[in-house]
Amino acid sequence: MKFPRRAALLAVVLMALGLSGCGYNTIPALEEQAKAKWADVQNQYQRRADLIPNLVATVQGYAKQEKDVLTSVVEARAKATSVLVDASQLTDPEKVKQFQDAQNQLSGALGRLLAVSEAYPDLKSNANFLALQSQLEGTENRIAVARRDYIDAVREYNLSLRTFPTMIWAKTVFAGNKPMAEFTATDAAQAPPQVKF
Amino acid sequence: MWLTIVSFCLVTFAALAALHFPELTGRVVDQANVLPPATRSALETKLADLENKSGIQLVVATVASLEDSDVETYANQLFRNWKLGEKPKNNGVLLLVAPKERKVRIEVGYGLEGVLTDALSNVIITNQIVPKFKAGDFAGGIERGVDGIIAALTTDTSDWQKKKQVRTDEQDSAFAALLPFLIVGLFLFVFWMMHRHARGRGGWGGPVFIPMGSTWGSGSSWGSGGSSWGGGGGFGGFSGGGGSSGGGGASGSW
Repeated sequence: MKFPRRAALLAVVLMALGLSGCGYNTIPALEEQAKAKWADVQNQYQRRADLIPNLVATVQGYAKQEKDVLTSVVEARAKATSVLVDASQLTDPEKVKQFQDAQNQLSGALGRLLAVSEAYPDLKSNANFLALQSQLEGTENRIAVARRDYIDAVREYNLSLRTFPTMIWAKTVFAGNKPMAEFTATDAAQAPPQVKF
Repeated sequence: MWLTIVSFCLVTFAALAALHFPELTGRVVDQANVLPPATRSALETKLADLENKSGIQLVVATVASLEDSDVETYANQLFRNWKLGEKPKNNGVLLLVAPKERKVRIEVGYGLEGVLTDALSNVIITNQIVPKFKAGDFAGGIERGVDGIIAALTTDTSDWQKKKQVRTDEQDSAFAALLPFLIVGLFLFVFWMMHRHARGRGGWGGPVFIPMGSTWGSGSSWGSGGSSWGGGGGFGGFSGGGGSSGGGGASGSW
């Protein structure tokens, strides 16, 4: 009875290797990776939102009359922080778009705030404002990096659902897995606010 | 068990390599050729000293062209391409200068974001680097910039001690360290089983030998990350330690 035992053992090992070789694990792994990257994206946007109260307070000290712009920033921030996309909702393009729209609106409002602050030399030379400005720039850049990483991760994941050999598993075992929504290409509003010195 | 199998089949996707990067030949990569040899070797010594003392991997790069990408993207991709800093700590810093585009950037690894903040990087660029660059003095600007970065990284050591554990990767566990041995062990076990069964029948040939151990053992720097180099002297083996950056730092132009 030696032969069947050996054959069975071989078969088990080969099947395990074969399964994984055919990308059985690829889909869940890529899915988790994309979700992790999404968490990064949200963290960086949150970081930006956290900077804003301080920025608004600083600008207010020098440019009270710019009430409209200041309020629009505060409102856009409130809206942007209220729209959160859970990792499980990433397959819903509508939800992702909502998030992106809210953040875009905040980007726009921030851009206007920085633009009007140009008119106040005292504000522009305020050390606190300069520090905030560079932090904001840095955060915008981190957002860009996180977005790029997320887009790459999603592309990989979506591709795995549609290409051989992982497609086999996507159609059978992981039939419930839907492609994740990509961020639409970086639009103009998403571009970091231009900061000139 | 599953983990070992996952590790077999996980295909590591190469990052989209749309940009062409200079090779990481040392701590100072002067592709744009703006540094006199004396400055270069002075910088090399300074940077090696920093890494020996603190483990921080600071690299200066001047590039001939940003290849139409913005300086932030280029710096981030270059940083990740070179993998500056030790893997679990992500404690690398890149000072990138693009004379053609008149751009400069300090790209900070994940682990140092709390020490070399965006605001601080910005101050270093605007106060130390840009004035010299404006006067056409690249060597002076880079030297002052490096001094500024080193000062920022090393002065407040109590703070540094507190913050250096920020954002470490999870792979530090004992299991991860044992994983390669488990994989080799599994292989050996399977082949041993096959061999044992085969012996009685004579169907199989001799023992199957995987020539792994002999080649693996030769590299003494295996797995020890960025700190593994640094016996002093030879710059031939300089390489990044597997660190990454998420876009921290600041940029400037002149």
